[in-house]
Amino acid sequence: MSGRIGKAFNRGRTCLAPFVTAGDPHPDWTVDILHALVEGGADLLELGVPFSDPMADGPVIQRASERAIERGVTLESVLDMVSEFRRHDADTPIILMGYMNPVERFGETRFPPAAAAAGVDGLLLVDCPPEEGAALHGALRDAGLASIFLVAPTTTDARLDQICSAAQGFVYYVSFKGITGADRLDAAALAEPVARIRERTTLPVAAGFGINDGDSARAVGAFTDGVVIGSALVGRLAEAGSRDEAVARARDFVASVRESLDNDGS
Amino acid sequence: MNPQATTPSEAPDPTGHFGEFGGSYVSETLMHALEELREAWGRWRQDPEFMARLDRDLAHYVGRPSPIYHAERLTARCGGARILLKREDLNHTGAHKINNTVGQGLLAKHMGKPRVIAETGAGQHGVATATVAARLDQDCVVYMGETDIHRQAINVFRMRLMGAEVRSVSSGSRTLKDALNEAMRDWVTNVDDTFYVIGTVAGPHPYPVMVRDFNAVVGREARAQMLAQHEALPDALVACVGGGSNAMGLFHPFIGDEDVAMVGVEAAGRGLATGEHAASLCAGKPGVLHGCRTYLLDDNAGQITHTHSVSAGLDYPGVGPEHAWLKDSGRAQYVAVTDDEALDATRALSRLEGILPALESAHAVAYGLKLASQMRPDQSVLINLSGRGDKDVQTLAEIEGLSL
Ligand SMILES: Cc1ncc(COP(=O)(O)O)c(C=O)c1O
Repeated sequence: MSGRIGKAFNRGRTCLAPFVTAGDPHPDWTVDILHALVEGGADLLELGVPFSDPMADGPVIQRASERAIERGVTLESVLDMVSEFRRHDADTPIILMGYMNPVERFGETRFPPAAAAAGVDGLLLVDCPPEEGAALHGALRDAGLASIFLVAPTTTDARLDQICSAAQGFVYYVSFKGITGADRLDAAALAEPVARIRERTTLPVAAGFGINDGDSARAVGAFTDGVVIGSALVGRLAEAGSRDEAVARARDFVASVRESLDNDGS
Repeated sequence: MNPQATTPSEAPDPTGHFGEFGGSYVSETLMHALEELREAWGRWRQDPEFMARLDRDLAHYVGRPSPIYHAERLTARCGGARILLKREDLNHTGAHKINNTVGQGLLAKHMGKPRVIAETGAGQHGVATATVAARLDQDCVVYMGETDIHRQAINVFRMRLMGAEVRSVSSGSRTLKDALNEAMRDWVTNVDDTFYVIGTVAGPHPYPVMVRDFNAVVGREARAQMLAQHEALPDALVACVGGGSNAMGLFHPFIGDEDVAMVGVEAAGRGLATGEHAASLCAGKPGVLHGCRTYLLDDNAGQITHTHSVSAGLDYPGVGPEHAWLKDSGRAQYVAVTDDEALDATRALSRLEGILPALESAHAVAYGLKLASQMRPDQSVLINLSGRGDKDVQTLAEIEGLSL
């Protein structure tokens, strides 16, 4: 299953990984939005599991989570969305991204097989560093799911050793000290930390936080194997008044970023 | 009886776990800051000059030791055990919270962090942080939920008088938990120059241990005062539990005294059966919130639920991990008291003893009175009067239909 992640980074282009909050702006639109992202040129999908207390997120994703929760979205229904997506797309990897408590409530041993059965490829829990959640990470491995970890500008070499030895799928580099959606990106500053990661692992490296358009994606993609775009996309979707509009916005935005990335690559 | 305070040595483990509880559930950006903090606290707590300075500040600035007062008229009314009050309400700024902020403020100074941030519910921790920051010449930003800014307006103004910036938090339930989220977001963003002064024994390691250590002066003093004034340890300790710092501070030095019962009192709000309460130990389940594994209040999908308590300082869906551990080990008991019971206790303490308690502390008083009435006159109950009620006058007046 994590084979899908590997392939997504092996397509001879920068892996474009858009993030959307599951269930926002409407739970019934999410699967169509995911397909539209792939049509627009996404290689890997990050699906945010809404949580009531998203400590690492800025206002755009906070509000998206609040809206999704109000509309009744749960981890259970997020897995249903993934299953439905898989009926028409067996190739694009999906990473669930979120916080520990909903997974804990679902059940640390029940979740990994259920997620694998739904077609999820990996899990990134923002508030669960490799030191914690040993049982969960073991169960994820047993179910064939990748445990994806963050590396931050503040990560020391000692921690980096530890994270790189626990990491699976890819390493997610947080491009600045701050929360999602903040406007603090300095792409050139990625060179040194990404090199430090590469000294320790052969896994691909993706960066996220602060990438909000084609230019910033291209600037980051010069140093990394993948780029994650979250708040900029979530913010655009939030303003969509209908399913068709949301789908068009998702496809067009990702296509514009794709174009910037590929123009650089050719 | 051991004249020295006894402490359990097995908890937490070096990674901050109290059994299955505690730990460091934070995003990677903060892991290094937590490491730095653990190292700094580990180092300065062994430093005789640092600790002497802390003791001096506690004596001359906070006004320690706080007395233990025998509430004779309350005792007579209950007709049971002697009721004793540990008077943390007499501390500078009016609550136990300053024991912790004096310590963390000093630590921030020694770590070279010019900026401190805090979350606050009732405003007592915010005031205590702003107070210490003024004295240590630190920039201070306090996050406070919109709901709490309204119901604790006096404390908001006090913080501003001391030069702190109070930032209103309008996400989620607009109370303490959301203020904590926002403070964490600030810390992630400004981690290089900012020290996050957490106000209770919750959060990621080392906060639960460090905040407990700073508040344990309450229990150490109480233990020595009981032996000196009453020639016996109390039969029971009673303290309110929001995040649990005043309770942990009182309990900790007594943990090895197995004959001393320990009771933590949570907010039952409108009643546990109504779902409108903040009793995470009495009615919650283990989960992960704000950096630690602990008992918390959530729904079946793991979303943290909105809580209710008349007292802003108890209006929190989680609790410190050491309390979770003490509960499961059976060493401490946890009970809950409703808004109405706390209000009755507020009136009783005011009328009979001339002491206006904070609404948080009134929860401990309410249960302490119940417990004392079931005990013998040769026994004693020590209640932690964690704070004074000046900040709650507005709320009390509104409940009586008055506007001041
Ligand atoms: C007077 C007083 N007591 C108790 C509390 C609850 O906090 P903790 O449980 O950490 O002692 C507060 C919090 O604001 C408070 O102001």
